[in-house]
Amino acid sequence: MSQVLEASGAPDGIPMARNTAGRRVHAVLHRMPALSPLVVLIIACVVFGFANPRFVRPENLSILLQQAAVVGSLAIGQTLVILTAGIDLSVGAIMVLATLVMGKLASGGTPGPLALAIGFVLAVLAAAVNGLLVTRIKLPPFIVTLGTLSVFTALTLIYAHGQTISLSPGTFLTWTGTTVQIGRFGFTVGVLLMLLLYIVFAYALRQTAWGRHLYATGDDTEAARLAGVRTSRVLLSAYIIAGAVFGIAAWILVGRINGADPNAGVNANLESITAVVIGGTSLFGGRGAVVGSLIGALIVQVFDNGLALIGIDPNYQVLAVGVLVIAAVAADQWIRSVKS
Amino acid sequence: MTLPILEAHGLVKTFGHVVGLAGVDLTLYSGEVLAVIGDNGAGKSTLIKCLSGAMIPDSGRMLVDGRPVAFRNTQDARDAGIETVYQTLAVAPALDVTSNMFLARERRRPGLLGSVFRMLDTPNMKKQARQHIDDLGISTLQNINQAVETLSGGQRQAVAVARAAAFGGQVVILDEPTAALGVRETGQVLELVRDLRSRGLGVILISHNMPNVFEVADRIHIQRLGRRVGVITPTSHTPAEAVAIMTGAVRLGTAETAEGHQAR
Amino acid sequence: MDERGGAARRGPIRRGMVVAVAGLAGSVVLAACGSSGGGGSSGQVGVSLILKTLSNPYFVSMENDAKREAAKDNVTLTVAAGQSDGDTQTQISAIDNAISRGDKGILITINGDAVNSELQKARNAGIYVVALDTAPTPASVVDVTYATDNEQAGKLIGQYAAAKLNGAHAVIAMLDLFNNQVVSVDTARDHGFLEGMGIDPGSKTQNGQEAKTGHYSGGDYTVACHQPTQGAIPGGKTAMENCLSSNGDINVVYTINEPAADGALQALSAAGKTNVLVVTIDGSCKYVNGLVKSGTIAADSAQYPGKMASVGVKTIASLAGGGKKPSLPSGQDFINTGTALVTANPLSGVSSQTPTQAATACWGG
Repeated sequence: MSQVLEASGAPDGIPMARNTAGRRVHAVLHRMPALSPLVVLIIACVVFGFANPRFVRPENLSILLQQAAVVGSLAIGQTLVILTAGIDLSVGAIMVLATLVMGKLASGGTPGPLALAIGFVLAVLAAAVNGLLVTRIKLPPFIVTLGTLSVFTALTLIYAHGQTISLSPGTFLTWTGTTVQIGRFGFTVGVLLMLLLYIVFAYALRQTAWGRHLYATGDDTEAARLAGVRTSRVLLSAYIIAGAVFGIAAWILVGRINGADPNAGVNANLESITAVVIGGTSLFGGRGAVVGSLIGALIVQVFDNGLALIGIDPNYQVLAVGVLVIAAVAADQWIRSVKS
Repeated sequence: MTLPILEAHGLVKTFGHVVGLAGVDLTLYSGEVLAVIGDNGAGKSTLIKCLSGAMIPDSGRMLVDGRPVAFRNTQDARDAGIETVYQTLAVAPALDVTSNMFLARERRRPGLLGSVFRMLDTPNMKKQARQHIDDLGISTLQNINQAVETLSGGQRQAVAVARAAAFGGQVVILDEPTAALGVRETGQVLELVRDLRSRGLGVILISHNMPNVFEVADRIHIQRLGRRVGVITPTSHTPAEAVAIMTGAVRLGTAETAEGHQAR
Repeated sequence: MDERGGAARRGPIRRGMVVAVAGLAGSVVLAACGSSGGGGSSGQVGVSLILKTLSNPYFVSMENDAKREAAKDNVTLTVAAGQSDGDTQTQISAIDNAISRGDKGILITINGDAVNSELQKARNAGIYVVALDTAPTPASVVDVTYATDNEQAGKLIGQYAAAKLNGAHAVIAMLDLFNNQVVSVDTARDHGFLEGMGIDPGSKTQNGQEAKTGHYSGGDYTVACHQPTQGAIPGGKTAMENCLSSNGDINVVYTINEPAADGALQALSAAGKTNVLVVTIDGSCKYVNGLVKSGTIAADSAQYPGKMASVGVKTIASLAGGGKKPSLPSGQDFINTGTALVTANPLSGVSSQTPTQAATACWGG
C-alpha cells in the first residue's frame, strides 16, 4: 500500500507540466471530500425548489431535518467505523434494541433518565461486542456485524414480542421530539442534538490526536502500527464510541415517534451506509469528512421529499438513491487515483 | 576510543528450529555510517528488528550510550533515541507530510485547549515539519500540505528519513532505503544519510547495493548465517571481496578487523 | 512482538475461539427463531408454523393461538419466521427443515412468491400446506388458504370514508407498505380502499395507477400522494410529512396498518391538522381500545389472525387424520376468516362494530 513508487507524482524539482482544471478539482476534492456531495445537495435543493416551490417553505425544510435526524446521527457512528476500513451492518438493530429497552422500561414506570442510561449502556455494550470480535478475534467487520445483526435482531424480538410501545410526548425520553421554534423554522431537540454531535465529532476527528490515529489506522494499518499508533486500541475505540452514538440516535428516535417500534430499524443499516458513502467517505478507509455523512443523509431525504412533492411514482425514489450511491463511489475512486 | 552509541553482544533469536541470529555482535559509534550487508537469510532483518524493538531477542545484551537496555516494543526503542525507517516507510498515504511526521507523537496546544479539549497544535507542528525538511536540505518538497501519496518515491523517503532525524536522538536505522529508487533519488537519499552523520547521529544502513555502501559507509558490518563475520571499511577491501565474505567464499579470521588488514 | 513462533501458537487458539463464537451466535439465533419442540413422537402430528416475521404483534398473536390449538389437537408445533416482512429466504429454509423433519403439515404466512417452488416440493413430499393471511399466487400452490379478504377490508374503510365525507371534495393521501417490492396485501388493501370509495384503481397488480383526479361515489377527489411506510410508525410519520408538504389540503388518509396510522397521526398533529379522516386495517387490541375508541382513527377493519391460526391447525390435524379438504366458497380461492369495520362513530348505511364490541375479538391483547 505504501510501497515506494517510482515517478508516480511529479519528478523532483520540475514543475507540473499542465495544471489543468481537472487536476485542480482533483486536488481540491482530495483535501475536502465533503465538497462534491455539498454541491449535489445544493443543486438538488435548487432543482426541487423550482419544480415545486412548496419545497423551500421553512416548514418543509424543518421537516427535512427532522426526517434526517435519526439516520444522520447513526451515520456519525457508521462514519467512524468506515474510516477504519471497517463496516457495521448491525447499527439499526442496535438502535432499535436500545429504543425498545428504553421504551419498555419507561412505560413500566422506570424514571426517564434511568431508562435512557440503561438503553445507552446497552448500545455501547452491543457495539463493544462488534469491536472485540474485530480486534481480538481478528474477524472481518463485514462478517462480524452480519452475524451480530442477526443476534441483536433476535434479542429485540425476544424482548419486545413484536409490540410497539407508546409514550407521552414531553417526558424525559420523548424530550428529543419537542420542537424549538425559530421564526417559521421548527427544530426538534433531536435535530439540535444531531447537529451538536456533528460539531463534536468534526472537531474530534480533525483537531485531536485520536482523530489522526483513526485516519492513519484506516488508511494503512500496518504503516500506522510501525509508526507507533496503537491500532488495536484505536479500532476498538471506534466501535465503542460508535455505540455511544447509536445510543443517542435511539433517544432521538424515541422522541420522533413518541415510543418504540420493533420494525423501525429495518432499513436503517443500509440507510446509514448510504449516507456515509454519498457523503464522500471512502469504504476503503482513511479518507472522508464526517460532515459529509450529514450531507449524505440530507441528500437522501431531499430526494425522497422532493420527488414526493413532484408527485413522481414512488419507485423512482428508490432508483434515484441507487444512482446517487453509484455516482458517489465513482467520484471517490477518481479522487483516490493519484494521477500524474 | 570513544564509547559506542549502540552495542549488541551475543544476540540470539530462534524461530522454532530455524536460527535467525546465532550470537550477533554489533558496534555503532556516533557520527558514523555503519552499513550492514549480507545475503538473504543472513539475519539482517532480524537483527534490525531486535535493535528497533520490533522483536525481542532470546538472549544477548544491548547497550545504548553505555547503558544496558531491554526493549519490549518499538516505543521503548524510540524512547531510547533509536529511530527506524522501515523498508515500507510506514507512512499513511492519505495524510499530509506534517501529520505523518508527527504520527503517534502529536503535539497539543498549551493550556486548556490542549489538556481539556485535546486540541492539536497544528500551526506549530507544520512549522517544525517545514524546519525538519529544510534542515535535511530537501529543497524539492515545496508543499508540506500535500498528501504523502502525491509525492515521488524519493520525496516520500525524505519524509520518512526527516521523521527519523527529527526524533532520533541517538541512532537512525535505515532498511534498504534506496531499493525502489532511481539514480537521481538514490543520490538524494545518500546525501541525507551524510547529513545525519554530520549531525552526530549514528546511522545503520542496510543495503544490497554495493556501490552505495562503498560510497557512503564508514564501516561495513558483514552478516552471514546469523553471525557477524567481519567488519571492513571501504578502503580495506574491495566490493568484490566484501561480496565474497558475504557469501562465504572467503573467510576473515575472527580476530581480523579492518585495521589489521592491509589496504589495497 | 513475535513473528513466526507466536503466530504458529496463536493459530489453533484463534480457530477455537472462532468456532466457539460462531456456535454461540448460531444457537442464540436458533433459539430466537422460536423453534419449539421438534419431530413428533408417534401419534403426534408434526406441523411447522412459518410466519412472516415475529416483530409484528399480529403474527405473534397467530403464534399464540396456533400453540393453544396445537395443544388441544395433539399437534407438535415448530415455529419459524422471516427476519423481516418480505424475507423469503428464511422461509424457504424453514420449509426445507419441515421436509427433513418429516412434518405432516406446514402453516405459512407467505412473504413472497419466491417460496412457491419450495412449497411445491413440500407437497410432493406428502406434506399438507395451508396458507394463512396471504393467499399465494396462484392459489393452487397450497392445499387451502385462510385469509382476511384484504380487498374487502379495504373496501369497508373506503365505503366508510366516502360516506363520512358526505359529498365534500376528497384530497386523499395513500400511505402504502412498500415502494421497492410488490406484496399482495399492499395492493389488495390499497385497491380495496379505492374501490370502496368508488374509484377505479387502474391496475390489478400495482399501486399508484389510479387517475389522480376524478369522481368518487360522493363527489370529486384528488389523490395527493402515494408514499411507502414500511408498515411502521416512523415510516408512517415521514410519509405523512411528505404528503402534507406536497398538499396541505389532505382530508382523507388511507394507511396500510395501525403503526403506519399511528405515525401519520403524529405528523398531522405536529402540523396542526385536525379533522383529517384517518382509516386503517388491523384490529389489534392496543389500537382498538386506544386510538379507534377515541375516534382519532376514524375507522379500522379488524382481522382475526388468531382464528386463522387455530382453524389452520385444526385443518391440518384433520387432513393428517384422513379428513377431507375443506371446500372453497364459489368464486374465491381462499376461505375468508372474516373482517369487520370498527368505528367509534357509526354512520347510517354502513354497518360497523363499536370498539367495545370489537374488543372481545381483538388480537394481541
